[in-house]
This record gives sequence, structure tokens and C-alpha cells, in this order.
Amino acid sequence: MAATKQTIEQVNKLGNNEYKYGFSTDVDDIKSPKGLNEDTIKFISAQKNEPDWMLQWRLKAFKVFLRLPKPNWAKLNIPEINFQDIYYYSSPKSLKDKPKSLDEIDPEILKTYEKLGIPLVEQKMLAGVAVDAVFDSVSVATTYKKQLNDLGIIFCPISEAIKNHPDLIKKYLGSVIPVTDHSFAALNSAVFTDGSFVYIPKGVRCPVELSTYFRINAVNTGQFERTLIIADDDSYVSYLEGCTAPMRDENQLHAANVELVALGNAEIKYSTVQNWYPGDSNGKGGIYNFVTKRGACRGNNSKISWTQVETGSAITWKYPSCILQGDNSKGEFYSVAITNNMQQADTGTKMIHIGKNTTSKIISKGISAGKANNTYRGLVNMQPKASNSRNFTQCDSLLIGNECGAHTVPYIESSNSDSTVEHEATTSKINEEQLFYCMQRGLNSEDAVGLIVNGFCKEVLQHLPMEFAVEAQKLVAISLEGSVG
Amino acid sequence: MLEIKNLCVSIEDKQILKGMNLKINDGEVHALMGPNGSGKSTLSYVLSGKEGYEIVSGSIHYNGRDLLNLDVDERANEGIFLAFQYPMEIPGVQTSFFLKTAINAKRKYQGLDEIDALEFAKLIKSKAGDLDISPEMLKRDLNVNYSGGEKKKQEILQMSLLDPSMAILDETDSGLDIDALRIVSEGVNKLRTPNNAFLVITHYQRLLNYIKPDFVHIIADGKIVKSGDFSLALELEEKGYDEISKSA
Repeated sequence: MAATKQTIEQVNKLGNNEYKYGFSTDVDDIKSPKGLNEDTIKFISAQKNEPDWMLQWRLKAFKVFLRLPKPNWAKLNIPEINFQDIYYYSSPKSLKDKPKSLDEIDPEILKTYEKLGIPLVEQKMLAGVAVDAVFDSVSVATTYKKQLNDLGIIFCPISEAIKNHPDLIKKYLGSVIPVTDHSFAALNSAVFTDGSFVYIPKGVRCPVELSTYFRINAVNTGQFERTLIIADDDSYVSYLEGCTAPMRDENQLHAANVELVALGNAEIKYSTVQNWYPGDSNGKGGIYNFVTKRGACRGNNSKISWTQVETGSAITWKYPSCILQGDNSKGEFYSVAITNNMQQADTGTKMIHIGKNTTSKIISKGISAGKANNTYRGLVNMQPKASNSRNFTQCDSLLIGNECGAHTVPYIESSNSDSTVEHEATTSKINEEQLFYCMQRGLNSEDAVGLIVNGFCKEVLQHLPMEFAVEAQKLVAISLEGSVG
Repeated sequence: MLEIKNLCVSIEDKQILKGMNLKINDGEVHALMGPNGSGKSTLSYVLSGKEGYEIVSGSIHYNGRDLLNLDVDERANEGIFLAFQYPMEIPGVQTSFFLKTAINAKRKYQGLDEIDALEFAKLIKSKAGDLDISPEMLKRDLNVNYSGGEKKKQEILQMSLLDPSMAILDETDSGLDIDALRIVSEGVNKLRTPNNAFLVITHYQRLLNYIKPDFVHIIADGKIVKSGDFSLALELEEKGYDEISKSA
């Protein structure tokens, strides 16, 4: 498989000391030196064979990162992050560092794979086991690549796009999330390792759901992912990110940036299922997931729709947003966020209405169990020129047990008099009578909770592409296991 | 089938059932009648295993097993079915999906594969048709915005699909108009076999005109005060609970 081949190439390269910035001592043969400084950034850029303008862009971002304070608005208890204690380039991993077999993987993760019905080879791939067997998705990817090429669609790792499509990168990278936005955005801009690049040409409707899953090296995108999707005039694309199985990953900090640009009459549908390792039931371990996702509806009549199912990570900090610049443009945000045990999530969206007759819709379903805390935080902003614009927001929270928390923090700002903003919110506990009713019909307690919570999330889940929806439903049930006695 | 011996049950230290005895054999239909607060619904919840009821003393045996040792879902899968007085609404869960999930839970318990989609479609079409439940109804969320009558029909549909051996009907007649009452009763009568049994809980004799019981029991203040055949229901209708309870 190609990922393995790539790994071998990388390792060989490092072994031959080919890279320019001559780190020698105490350097793990596949990792950049620990810590964050200009050398680390130069190392990453060199690893990727990047042109100088890209390196300069990164270095500038790093300077910004140094002067920006960490965002602190979220209702999260975030342990101090020592940025000098992190490896910023550790992928792809060498074969010898990878677990040799599934025996070395946390049995809890394997149990989940089994419940999701994931085939063995795929389980190994997800768990990061060194797999030499031919993996199905390689051939799948090749098949799609041909079809996409014929339509002029560009779908490749962003590192490749930087080399092959510099004009598009220079024009759009950082145009939706400015480097100066906040410190995590700056950090990502400085040290991002890989991610996806998508360009849909004018008038093309992408015939398949694009997914990192189909991209051969998708599993090794690393903790600082950067994705850029551009839908040119009159085009359409649906993009799926992540996979429903928990990824085995020892990295603590993930700070991804995702930028979407929709031009005239274009539509982008972006779906995420995030199931990173949430830590154990005592809150030990787990990923800190700080994600900046933002889409710009630049053209008139354009549309961007975010759908997310967030069940993993110890901390989730994420606000996929839409900037509705074009007249009649539309933004949508459908979210399910589940926190169990000691997980914390502060997630929501921002809808910035700039153009006339712009509309946005926010449907958020938060579920808390165990001792978890779950916050919806959302901004709806009507700019002075966004006349005749509308927003509808609905936030529902469901509590399971007596020790968890749900919080709803809407920010509504309207600077014109003929726009409408609606906000509805509910908070309820899972109904014991409903559970009893389902169990009287033969469902065990976990299946009963899964059924009821899936019903609660239906409005959101139905926006996921078909192939994702079924797995996401199973995942909802699995994430809540052990939440009722 | 079912044997309740000297059952005493409390809710939050308040004793509701005070020495209840009842034996139900295969193929029998028993009616349990009594005024509000006499313990009828408590009995139905204790039989189905709802939490919050303290068994102070006594026993319940079901097909030779100690029923009180089984969880709610185990009891259900062993054939205990409760048609709820107030069926729960489950938003976002399509009725037909719920029915399929329930059928498959039972099949799994029995070690069978999940029901084939086509087989399920056929089964549900015929059973729903019998109860005058439309296919559109099955596409709606379970019990959400159903009328009182529709909810009760839904309970009987679930009963017919799950084919229980011991069915408890908790005031299934309340809130039904005369047509719905007839349809529901016919549905129940269709399910009667020599191998299953019914416990019909009701305030009124009206339902018993449609579902003919083999035995009628009158419950007052947590225990059965009088048992008899159908004529007892008629007598009750005439004299009222007070007089019957006093004379017992």
C-alpha cells in the first residue's frame, strides 16, 4: 500500500540525512525535534519540500502565534499546554514504531471496532498497526482519482497542492481564517503538516462524496491538519471528514484549520464524525481537539452546510462558522455533541450575515452523561447591510444522570432593523419512563438509551450522507455505553 | 403461568399492595377491577419490573421461575407484555423502526437472526391492517401526536407482533371511543390461545363485554377482596365498589 511505501521513503530519507537543516543528535529518526521554534517550522517545511514563500508564510504565522494570547472564552477546564513539549512532526510513523499487532492496542478500542462492524484490515489501519496487506481503499482511491481527474476536480494532500497549484493556495489559504484570528489558528498556520485540498471547477457537480477516507495517506494527517476546499461558480461538493472508529493516537493536542470557499451559486456540504480517543472514565488521557473551521459564502446564492457529530476527544473546542458575504447566501450548522465520563465540549457556530437576504439555520443537540460538561456557544451577527436576513436557531440539551452539565450560550447581535433572529432552546433529562417503556418491549438498557438519543439527534443525523448516517447512529449508542446503571 | 403469593409492595415507605394473591393458568383471561388508588397499576408495574417499587414480602412465579429476579427486558423477552395506560412518546424514532427493534430484541434473546426486511414488511402490513392502523401512521414518530385511541391501538399492535405469553392490559379501554374499543378488543381476542394468558385491568365492565374474562377479581386497598366469574363484573356495575368491598 502506498502509505507504507511513503513511510519507507520518509524513513530512508531521514536515514540518509537528506534534509537540509541538519538535526543530528537526540533526534528520533522520524520526528522533528521536540519544541516549537523557527527551526521546527523550517524542518517541517523542508520535510514537505515546500517553496520558500510557504516557509515565509509559516514563519510569519509563528510570529503572530507568539504575540497572541490563548483564547479563553470557552467554558472549559484546559490544562496548561506546554508547547515546547510537543513533537510537531511525527508522521508518518516508521514501521518499527508502530504496534506490531492488534494485541498491543487498548481492548476498549477494539471492542468499539467490533461493534461498528469494521473489517480486520481496516481495524489495523485505524489502530495504526503496521499493515502490509493490500488495503481496499487504495484501489478505491485510484478508481475515484481517474473519475475526478476527468472532471477537472483537484483532490489531493495540501502539501501536494502547495507544489502543484501554488496560485490557488496563495489566493485562498488563510483567506477565510486569517493567521491573526486567534492563537490556535496561528499555530496551525505555522506548523500544519498535512490535510486535504479540494478544488471544484466552474459548473461541476462532484459525483462522489469526497472523503479523507479515500485518500491513501489520510490516516497519517497528523495533529495539525489543514484543509482547504474551493467550490468555484455553480459547483457542488460534499466532503466527509474523519471516520466513525476511534483513532488510536498518542498526540495530546490537535489544532486543525479548515477553510471553505463557495463562489457564486456554489454549494459545499461538509460532514464530520469525530471520535478521537476521549480518555478513560477517570479523565486520564484523551485528545485536546481545538479546531477552527470556517466557510465563506463569497458568491451570491452560495451555500455552506456543516454537519458534525462530535463524540470523541477529552476536550472539544470547535465552532464551524459561515461568513455569508454573497447576497442570498445560506449557512447551515447541524451538530450533535456527546460528552460522557469526564469529557468536555464547548462547541457551536458563528453565522455572520453580511450580504442581503442571507439565511442561516442552526440545529444543535448536546448530550451529556457521566460527569461531562457540554456547552453550546453560538454567535449570530447581522451586519448593517444584511437587510432582510433571517436566522433560526434551535439548541436542545439532553442530560443523562445527575452529575453532568449542559450550557447554552447564544450571542445575538443585530445591526439592522429588518432582519429576523429566532432562538429556541430546551434542556431535559433523559426520561426514565421512556427507558422503561423501551425495556418493557425487550430492549436492554443500553439499546434503549441509544434509541432514545438517536431519536433526539434525528434532525441532525439525517443531514449526514447515507453511508455515514448508519455508522453514526451506532456510534451515538456506543459513546453513551455505561451511562445508565 | 403466573402465581402471585401474599405480595406486599411499598412505594417510598407507603404500602400499596397488602397481601395480594392471584393465580393465572394458561389460556385464561382474568379481569382485575377496582377503584382509583386500589393498587391496580402498581401490580402491572411490579409484574413488568419497573424501578421504584419495594417488594416487602411475597413472591411472583412465572412459568416456574422467580419473576422478581429478572430485569425488565428479560421479563419482556420471556413473554411478559404490558400494554401501558399512558404509552410513551419517543420523538425522532419512527414507529416501524421501533417495532422492528423490539422484534429483533426478542429474536436475539431467542438466539434467532434479525427479521428479514421483507418478512417484517409483510408481517406489519397484515397486523396493522387488522387494527385499522394505516401505513402512514407507522412512518410517524412513535406515539408522537397520536390521539388517545391511536396510542392504544399501537399498544395492541406491539402486543400482536411480540406475541407474549402473559399480557397485562392496564386500562386499555380508557380514552377509547366505542369503535376503537371494538377494534382493540377484537385485536386482543384474536391473540387468545390455549397457551397464553391475559390480565385485563379496568375500571369499567364495558370492556368486558368485548373481552370475555374467565375470572373477575375486585381489588380494594391493595388486595383482592372478591373473585368470581363474569357475573361479578355485572354485579359491580350495579352496586358499585363500595358496597361490594363492604360485603366482601
